[in-house]
Amino acid sequence: MFGRIFHMLLKEFLEVKRDKWERFRLLVPPLIQKVLFGYAATFEVYHVSTAVLDLDHSQESREMVSRFTGNGRFDVEALPSSSQAMRGLIDRSKITVGIRINPQFGELLRKGQTAPLQVIVDGTNSNTALLALDYVGQIAARFSSDYQRDYMNRIFPEYQVMLPSAKMEERPWYNPDLDSQWFFVPGLVGSIALMTIVNVTSFAIVREREIGTLEQIMVTPIRPIEFILGKTVPFFVLGLIEVALVAVAGALWFGVPFRGNPLVMLLGTSLFLISSLAVGLLISTTCRTQQQAFASGFFYLTPAFTLSGFAFPISSMPTVMQWITYLDPLRYYLVVLRGTFLKGTGLAILWPQMVAMAILGVAMFAVSVARFEKSLD
Amino acid sequence: MPNDGNISVRVDGLVKRFGSFTAVDRVSFSAYRGEILGFLGPNGAGKSTVIRILCGLLRPSEGSVIVAGVDVGKDPEGVRHHIGYMSQKFSLYNDLEVSENLRFFAGLYGVDRGIAGDRIREAISLAGLQGHEHDLTGTLAGGWKQRLALGCALLHRPEILFLDEPTSGVDPMSRRQFWDLIHGMSGRGVTVFVSTHYMDEAEYCDRLVLMNRGRVVAMGTPPELRHLVKKGALLLAKCEPLGTALQILQGSPGVAEAAVFGNSLHVRVEQAEDALVTLPAMLESRGVKCVSLKPIEASLEDVFVQLAGEQSAVRGGPDR
Repeated sequence: MFGRIFHMLLKEFLEVKRDKWERFRLLVPPLIQKVLFGYAATFEVYHVSTAVLDLDHSQESREMVSRFTGNGRFDVEALPSSSQAMRGLIDRSKITVGIRINPQFGELLRKGQTAPLQVIVDGTNSNTALLALDYVGQIAARFSSDYQRDYMNRIFPEYQVMLPSAKMEERPWYNPDLDSQWFFVPGLVGSIALMTIVNVTSFAIVREREIGTLEQIMVTPIRPIEFILGKTVPFFVLGLIEVALVAVAGALWFGVPFRGNPLVMLLGTSLFLISSLAVGLLISTTCRTQQQAFASGFFYLTPAFTLSGFAFPISSMPTVMQWITYLDPLRYYLVVLRGTFLKGTGLAILWPQMVAMAILGVAMFAVSVARFEKSLD
Repeated sequence: MPNDGNISVRVDGLVKRFGSFTAVDRVSFSAYRGEILGFLGPNGAGKSTVIRILCGLLRPSEGSVIVAGVDVGKDPEGVRHHIGYMSQKFSLYNDLEVSENLRFFAGLYGVDRGIAGDRIREAISLAGLQGHEHDLTGTLAGGWKQRLALGCALLHRPEILFLDEPTSGVDPMSRRQFWDLIHGMSGRGVTVFVSTHYMDEAEYCDRLVLMNRGRVVAMGTPPELRHLVKKGALLLAKCEPLGTALQILQGSPGVAEAAVFGNSLHVRVEQAEDALVTLPAMLESRGVKCVSLKPIEASLEDVFVQLAGEQSAVRGGPDR
């Protein structure tokens, strides 16, 4: 048995050694993806293009507008002269946020009344819209409280006015600057490993089927499990190398801390790779050509990302969807990655994730091996 | 189980279905030790399917298949030490060197380390690839590739060799050399199964199994099969225009069958003496020039055309 697996491994090694393009394909795209995603994948909203329609031209309205121009979140790019002009700007996607200050804005404030500040937002991208509105709200609230304080001091200068208020003191743990790269970079390690390993594994076996070498191998006394091990062990090793590479690159390039125990991450990675290899193997049992394998990969990869919590919080999903996420190995791996990177948690906390990945991995691998044996028929 | 030591393969009532399609339909035959058994038939006749079942690559739907004393249906892996297989498509690794391919397959066959080196050298000399051990396999020409694949299939000294259309796409010279090798194998007691659709190659086989649409149409030595058409006689007709002549002959009394072979017609008639007189006259009267008409010996292709035609007639036409 080990003799035959050894010969399989030797053959795989020779093939990779011969194939420069394959080596390139295995190592360079993941790093490029890492850097691209690391920069591009962010929830934060900066430089929102903004138009301001100031119909009041009072000192108060100018003060309000200056608060938008001064904080980096908003770029005031247009000063339309009418509501129609502002609508046109939104329709043509020139601006995302339109702020309209009505006449009497300053007058109402001076009378001690509530002055409306109308905000129009392009809701096409609901995430950006939501965050932008949130920032507008913060600016308006700060403006109000500053104005109130100033107002009271002017009316009752004899008193040192005390305005009671509660103030939030933020203490974000593990990611003190709430840098969304810290959230994405560890997750990317898992996503990139999943994508590469599923594709590479399914391609490698389907290619042998395509060129006929699989059939030639299957008439030798080799057992299917020996073939499968010979075929997957190299990709397991490759997966470990790739995760290490992408993780180190992510930590150094993006300055994300790694606070945990590398051995815990190694264990989690190993368990996760087993399930990814199983998916690749499963795809290879149903596909005759590499194109089919590529297309089938999408069927797994897209839901695996969506349901993993890579970008969308699982707790916000409908209950049924949340159940499905329990079947997604990436879900557990992301917890391990974020835990080891940012929180420095160890096995004492991460063991349920490890057990879940082990169960899923072994079950998926067993199904794939059984299917592989049948698919030769 | 066959106790007869001379039988190396026995197939009985073999059926293989893919969904609702029956690829192999109640096929039975035996092969004897050292025999070259040819499978003849058009594409889709079921030749490859039978061979792949015998190798344990496909499971039979029905029937029993005993290869080298092993029931392949029950123990597909048990048979693999005994057999060598060369598929239709060249299936060694193009990106490995010649010697790396051989070492890989020797390893998979579990050839003992001590003798693997000798076996690999033998395979290389069989393929005539001395001095090319370190060439990339993909750079070899077709004939060399075929012979290398054969050498590879023989590394573990199988008792039975399955060759699925081994010479397709190989030049005539290489085909000759290949058949010399096959005869050499059979001389050493290896049973050889060859599928082909080259009728001329069929003549090199000891025995033939003629297949059409999943069924065995006929079986026997090449002379035996040729004898089957001796009911009636076969005439070679050279006519102009050929198409018109074919149309006229196909409906004529006394003509059992007419088919185009190259630039002439093969016409099977009930009575050669009469036909030699009546047919030219009839053709001339319909404006067809009959250049020559003479009796010939049936080729295997004629046998095949006749038998396949009879099979279609029995089944009610060429549809299925």
